[in-house]
Amino acid sequence: MTYTDPAHSDAPLLDITGLSKSYGRHRVLTDLDLTLPPGIHALLGPNGSGKTTLVNVLSTLVPYDSGEVRVLGLDPRRDRKALQSLVSLTGQYAAVDEKLSGTENMLMMGRLFGLSRRDAERRADGLLERFGLTEAAHKRVATYSGGMRRKLDIAAGLIGRPQLIFLDEPTTGLDTRSRQALWDEITALARSGASIFLTTQYLEEADALAERIVVLHDGRIVADGTAAQLKGRIGGSTIQLHDDAGHILEEIPTRGSALDVARHLDAVAAARPDVDVTVRRPTLDEVFLELTGEPADTSDRTELDRDEVAA
Amino acid sequence: MTTTTPPQEAEAPASRGNGAGALTGLRVFTGRSLKHSFRDAESLLMAILLPVMLMLIFVFIFGESIAAGQGGDRGDYLAYVLPAVALTAAGFGASYTAVVVSDDMTTGFMNRLRTMPFPAVTVLLGHTASSMVRNLLATGVVLAIAFGLGFRTEASAVELAGAVGLIALWILVITVVFAVLGMVAGSAEAASGYGFVLLFLPYVSSGFAPVETMPGWLQGFAGHQPMTPIIDASRALLDGASPGDTWWIGLLWCGGFIAVAVWLAAVIFPRKVAR
Repeated sequence: MTYTDPAHSDAPLLDITGLSKSYGRHRVLTDLDLTLPPGIHALLGPNGSGKTTLVNVLSTLVPYDSGEVRVLGLDPRRDRKALQSLVSLTGQYAAVDEKLSGTENMLMMGRLFGLSRRDAERRADGLLERFGLTEAAHKRVATYSGGMRRKLDIAAGLIGRPQLIFLDEPTTGLDTRSRQALWDEITALARSGASIFLTTQYLEEADALAERIVVLHDGRIVADGTAAQLKGRIGGSTIQLHDDAGHILEEIPTRGSALDVARHLDAVAAARPDVDVTVRRPTLDEVFLELTGEPADTSDRTELDRDEVAA
Repeated sequence: MTTTTPPQEAEAPASRGNGAGALTGLRVFTGRSLKHSFRDAESLLMAILLPVMLMLIFVFIFGESIAAGQGGDRGDYLAYVLPAVALTAAGFGASYTAVVVSDDMTTGFMNRLRTMPFPAVTVLLGHTASSMVRNLLATGVVLAIAFGLGFRTEASAVELAGAVGLIALWILVITVVFAVLGMVAGSAEAASGYGFVLLFLPYVSSGFAPVETMPGWLQGFAGHQPMTPIIDASRALLDGASPGDTWWIGLLWCGGFIAVAVWLAAVIFPRKVAR
């Protein structure tokens, strides 16, 4: 097997113009335009905004209806097979075989990517070690915890040495500790040279991981920029002053740093020593309110973003 | 950052995977399905126990009275019921295919495979191949019990091979039918539910009692349903007798079922992407 650099290796990671996709009469993605350089990027949006569909289109899983789409310079419809050797998809639902062991899962994926048995074995061992799964390598996946499963799932996607890794909601359903551990892995992965395109419902996650954040709402891109640019549009933290009944008396914008909050509070304390004070950061609901003019339906998913600190 | 991550991707790029061919896919997935089958102790036990139970029930409980009606004895009925028991057991064994296919289709597993550079349909072929292995083992068990219970035949090796070949072909038919059901069904439970009807098919054939002994309204179906010529032909071949026309009628049925199932799979499989 000889290695040839993909013909378009200096092409942008993603280059999309006018991408639309419908399922039957239900239009899921509408006229998307997006260009991203290599790197780690997040697609942020609530349930039902079309995140998974976009990732499925880009990873060759489902064909798009219209528009120009290039992933690593290749068309996911026309150059399907060539692109499939360069990308990997780790979906929302674990794609690992529960009845096989970790090693067996890895070897299976390695063989399917076309690696020789020996190469697959070496790669499998290395990746399992890297994700801290060596000890559990020969146990059936059915016995793994949610975090271990997710790690194995991602590791299995890496065995074919993808240039671009799609992670669809990689941390949904994980506890805080596993989520943090996975964030570390994803950051390390990006440093190793692979590009990552992940979807998330959590503003905080996009903020922690991504160079560029693309906000999707109702199948349309409503914002696209760095975390700092996005926050600028949304507005920063506020200090809220309440009366005894909890009604907001006043809201003071703050940069959120201890020094800035302390400066404001000194002034408040001097004027109204008994008032109740809360510092709050913008929630995902507010992001969407600001960007789309309507509240995002994030139901029970906003705990992560709601970060109210009673002062 | 607290991970102890050495710089990776340092290996020679020469070993990048460019995708497996259909043969590798078939080998990998047959191995996977066989591992599933042989690790699942309960279904393996069922696969062996079921033909044993069926054989004992029909020969020792119903055998004497059914055979008496035909002027024979228990030994005659053993020879008569042998192909039907093998095929009934294989039906149960093959219904497992619907469950595993449905499992693969409704979880993220198939989605990942579809984004990989090899023909994802080999997953189905792997399940089919392992169903053949499992159910031919069960057929072997049925034959062994029959010999244990005193079944003897003058049939030539060619005739025996013909009988086993026909049985194997019908196992393939029900396996692919169940695979299609597994693809269409929304869940593994639904898949085995749909297949339930198929498991009763052998009882309404010439397998357990002669069609002539059934009420008239049932004879039309029982005499002309696909299992009847296959059972009649295998029974004749196992006995070293001439199967007459039954063998090619059976082959036609099998060919038709397989062609339709493969066509359905080819249409449905690419469209059934889990969302």
